[in-house]
Amino acid sequence: MGLGKEIRNKIAKRAAEEIKPGMIVNLGIGIPTLVADFVGDIPVMFHAENGILGTGPSPKAGEENPLLCNAGGFPITTVSGASYFDSAMAFALIRRGFLDMTILGALEVSEKGDLANWIVPGKRVPGMGGAIELAQKAKKVIILMNHTDKFEKPKIVKQCSLPLTAKTCVDMIITDMAVINVKKDGLELCEVFNPFTIEDVICNTGATLTISEHLNLISRFEGDI
Amino acid sequence: MGTMNKVIPLREVTSYVSSGMTIMVGGFGGVGNPPSIINELMKSNVHQLTLICNDAGFPQIGVGKLVTEKRIKKLIASHIGSNPNAGKQMTDGDLEVIFSPQGTLAERIRAGGVGLGGVLVDVGVANPIVENGKQKIVINEKPFLVEPALTANVSFVYAKKGDRFGNLVYDTSARNTNPLVAMAGDITIAEVEKIVDTGELHPEEIITPGAFVDYIVQSEGVNWTWAWEKK
Repeated sequence: MGLGKEIRNKIAKRAAEEIKPGMIVNLGIGIPTLVADFVGDIPVMFHAENGILGTGPSPKAGEENPLLCNAGGFPITTVSGASYFDSAMAFALIRRGFLDMTILGALEVSEKGDLANWIVPGKRVPGMGGAIELAQKAKKVIILMNHTDKFEKPKIVKQCSLPLTAKTCVDMIITDMAVINVKKDGLELCEVFNPFTIEDVICNTGATLTISEHLNLISRFEGDI
Repeated sequence: MGTMNKVIPLREVTSYVSSGMTIMVGGFGGVGNPPSIINELMKSNVHQLTLICNDAGFPQIGVGKLVTEKRIKKLIASHIGSNPNAGKQMTDGDLEVIFSPQGTLAERIRAGGVGLGGVLVDVGVANPIVENGKQKIVINEKPFLVEPALTANVSFVYAKKGDRFGNLVYDTSARNTNPLVAMAGDITIAEVEKIVDTGELHPEEIITPGAFVDYIVQSEGVNWTWAWEKK
């Protein structure tokens, strides 16, 4: 939302570094979908809640199968070892905790890791889809988002003002400015992306940040993807 | 012993539906919605329907067309974000929408289809929008919400192949909610890409046993443009 293609790709690339060999991962709609482009050769099975384990890259133009799509409705391919199943089994995998990670977008994240990503009362009430299951049941929840909203107000806050998708579910937040870990005792700033400073991140965050002793100032956004 | 033949002409589909009924339609974002059956419903004048479906499709794709044409008075779904007409009708008070988390909705349909009264689910516990007055049960010291089963007067599904007995095989990610919906209708009508003679499908490949299916119709194919096809 409001981020250029290059920055969106760079957030996605940083998120891809969190994916380890052998993981089962579900990617949400928006920037999270881009993460698949950056995982390289590591063996990973992407899960789609419309009934696929093992989604692959987008097909070439003209080679799409209109019935073979991801949960966002875009044509995909499958990788070796992929399987198809019905929606009940797609969510059985989620509810039983077989997803090592889900990468989602957000409207707000609180310092306790509460997630709001589905309703703006009176404006946008699209329904929760599978977001509650994913947020509540995946082993690790990573949020990719713009650090602030379109009015430049912080999206990382003490307490969410919007209806929650799930409580205390977020483990990590990756934005255009920083990487923040959600720990039991609060938010820990781990990486700051050039050209931003630690002060920029603190000023644009609506909750208290502790600074990691391993804080990295990263020139990631200088162009070297 | 004779061979059962459940194949009927497409035009007869609407004789099983009347205004005010509850219908259930398989599919996810239009993928796996039965296009020719939806077309027949559009040509008929059935309205005031309760629709149970994963989502509201897109404005001119799948079940979205029925919503756009205001044939639906009540929608039970997990998501309507891809069809702005559904959101507008909900805001205007013309469409009642009841949301279930997507996996919970699938299990409610499955429960109806397999003869259960409902399911116990911990998804959405302590979330006021999901809890919304539902009965809570504690089992092994963990709280669960009582999520009632869903059934319909008529279920409509889409499959790749069906034989004359009604055995069904689905197509890649067009399977989605279809096998669940196929079980949950008082009457189930399957639109299939290819009708084959009974015995041609290998028993190992059949996903929905023909006993769940009352009628089979030949699909005339998708008559809409997918969202991703637009430039």
